[in-house]
Amino acid sequence: MTTLSQAMRLKSGLASRRSRRSAGSAYPYWFFLPGAVIFSVLFLIPTFASFYFAFTRWDFFTIQFIGWDNFVMFFKDPQLMRGFTNTLIYGVLTSGLKVVLGLALAVLLTSNITARGYLRAVIFFPVLVSTIGVGITFRALLDPFHGLVNKTLAGFGITGPGWLTDPNLALYSIIGVDVWKGVGLATLIYMAGIVAIPRDYYEAASIDGATGWKNFWSITVPLVAPATTTVIILSLIGGLRSFDLIWATTRGGPGFASDVIASVIYKQYQAGYYGLSTAGNVILFVVVTAIVLPLFLWFNRKQTDL
Amino acid sequence: MTLDWLQGTGVQTNIDIAQALATAFHKKNPDITIKVDPSGGSGPDLDNLVKTRLATGEMSDLLWYNSGSLLASLNPNKTLLNVSDQPWVKDLDPSFLKVVSGSKGAVFGAPLQGADIGGILYNKPLYDQLGLKVPQTWDEFMDNNKAIKAAGKTAVEQTYGDPWTSQLLQLGDFYNIYSADKNWASKYTANKAKFATTPEGVRSFENVQDLAKGGFFNKDFASATLDDGLRAVANGDAGHYPMFAGLYTSLLKTAPDKVEDIGIFAVPGDNASKNGATVWMPPAVYAPSNTKHPDAVKKFLAFVASKAGCDAILSATTTGTLLVKGCTLPNNAPGVIKDTLPYFKSGKTVPALEFLSAVKGPNLASLMVEVGNGTLSGAEAAKQYDQDVEKAAQQLGLPGW
Repeated sequence: MTTLSQAMRLKSGLASRRSRRSAGSAYPYWFFLPGAVIFSVLFLIPTFASFYFAFTRWDFFTIQFIGWDNFVMFFKDPQLMRGFTNTLIYGVLTSGLKVVLGLALAVLLTSNITARGYLRAVIFFPVLVSTIGVGITFRALLDPFHGLVNKTLAGFGITGPGWLTDPNLALYSIIGVDVWKGVGLATLIYMAGIVAIPRDYYEAASIDGATGWKNFWSITVPLVAPATTTVIILSLIGGLRSFDLIWATTRGGPGFASDVIASVIYKQYQAGYYGLSTAGNVILFVVVTAIVLPLFLWFNRKQTDL
Repeated sequence: MTLDWLQGTGVQTNIDIAQALATAFHKKNPDITIKVDPSGGSGPDLDNLVKTRLATGEMSDLLWYNSGSLLASLNPNKTLLNVSDQPWVKDLDPSFLKVVSGSKGAVFGAPLQGADIGGILYNKPLYDQLGLKVPQTWDEFMDNNKAIKAAGKTAVEQTYGDPWTSQLLQLGDFYNIYSADKNWASKYTANKAKFATTPEGVRSFENVQDLAKGGFFNKDFASATLDDGLRAVANGDAGHYPMFAGLYTSLLKTAPDKVEDIGIFAVPGDNASKNGATVWMPPAVYAPSNTKHPDAVKKFLAFVASKAGCDAILSATTTGTLLVKGCTLPNNAPGVIKDTLPYFKSGKTVPALEFLSAVKGPNLASLMVEVGNGTLSGAEAAKQYDQDVEKAAQQLGLPGW
């Protein structure tokens, strides 16, 4: 090595370190303080406080430490196992459907079809509407005898089922409504991913004689992998925690057929078992973290490999 | 001044009663206006709202709420205004006094209706048309059901659109549990008797299962509401509807000419001679202990527990035996209420379990819905309800659980 190239490398190393340091200290650290305070007070502290309260029997007046009893009682609850399986079904199905439908719609909406802008607005619109409003509306629409859906089906001679009143169907109806409401966001994320793919790949592929289908599987899908990760993680977290839609449509009914962990916890809160529902929330936190965190790390590792 | 009164939605009768009392009181006390706020939700939502507001000290001046064990869940000794020093307390029927009392002789509420019976409403013209008689045993009831079904009508109306209504048959059956063992309620409270291990207890759950299996329910049982059910039994589309007698009042608005077409009988057991009715003590009006207008509120409670109060209540509804001395039922009470009087007169009544025991599991309605739609067997539901009750008792910290 010549001293000149050594010197040049040293200089560039110093320069990059300097630029790195200046990039790091562009804002003094205390700029983060307001955000950190809000985050701590509203999220961190209550989360850790709930870890303590989960071990107590408490109401607004008294606290009584009872150890693991709340957790034992929560797991002995016969409805809980059904709540768990329902939660997993709900999370996985909504996530999967949003990925598949979101990507399909994104491909459609980034191609050259007429009224593309209008369709994009229509698909995204449900994301903006209140979840409770959607729940109440669909509760009326899906009424087995007076609802618009079954009345329309009757016009075609089909007797519609009890969408929200059949215990075997209720959860899946709600999943359908959830996907209808949330697919717009997945589509949006995918659209951003698709338009970021350089045209060159498609041009090169068309020179090689690739069909649309091959284009899709070999170019589009691999290159929107970051978007797929985002959609899966976000929709899985939302799906596992889902409460508003289920409560607004069926309140976990009929009976316990569409209960998920969040509605089980809410019912215990309603009954005044505050300690028990706090324990339930801690369990939900642990479950969601246990599912999503490994998934997140696995995706990230895949991405850096890519 | 204005007093606010928190009221639940969903049962028009209760709102009408509150409004009638507020109007009548204002006439006598023009300087006090009572505003009835009927936005409190229904069932568990109302429960939730009341408990939270009491706990945070933000309750309105007056509130409508159940008596008995449900009152106990509000922690009344801490949260409600004690009115035991008021002169009208001695005018209360002793059985009612018991269900609005707390520890150390505290009394909290004045009754908003008479005592009511939870039984089976039936359509009188349909009975006449098919030549049916009021059943004294469960088997006779099932025979009537078969006849009604054969005539193309709904035998038993169910309305799970309002899930709380699913409990009526099971709760109304309590007289039959009581007649087999008069001390069952205290054993149950002490964790010494369970539904699943008491034959009559299991029966109260399996009855619904038998009705469901026999195909006696209405087509829309899973989504119909309380008002749908009342209308169905009043119109003769359904023969039977398990419900409280006192809730006929919504028919006064929706089907006033059909009100006299319904009657009521107690849920039958297996022994005709041991037939009796399960009685619900009425809800009461209470005030929070931190109310800003204790004197005005006490004046109102005194009004409610007086003849003038009874008259106001009677203008909105008529239910069973009134529980304040000096109040009597008018002669033009509708037939369904007159049907309840023989039970009271003969003494063949028992307060429902929730008035004899502080323990009530919160999931009974959901469990009965599952029995009604075939998801759970009656025996399994009884077992799960026992577990639900156990959880409630442990959360209340009751001894022996």
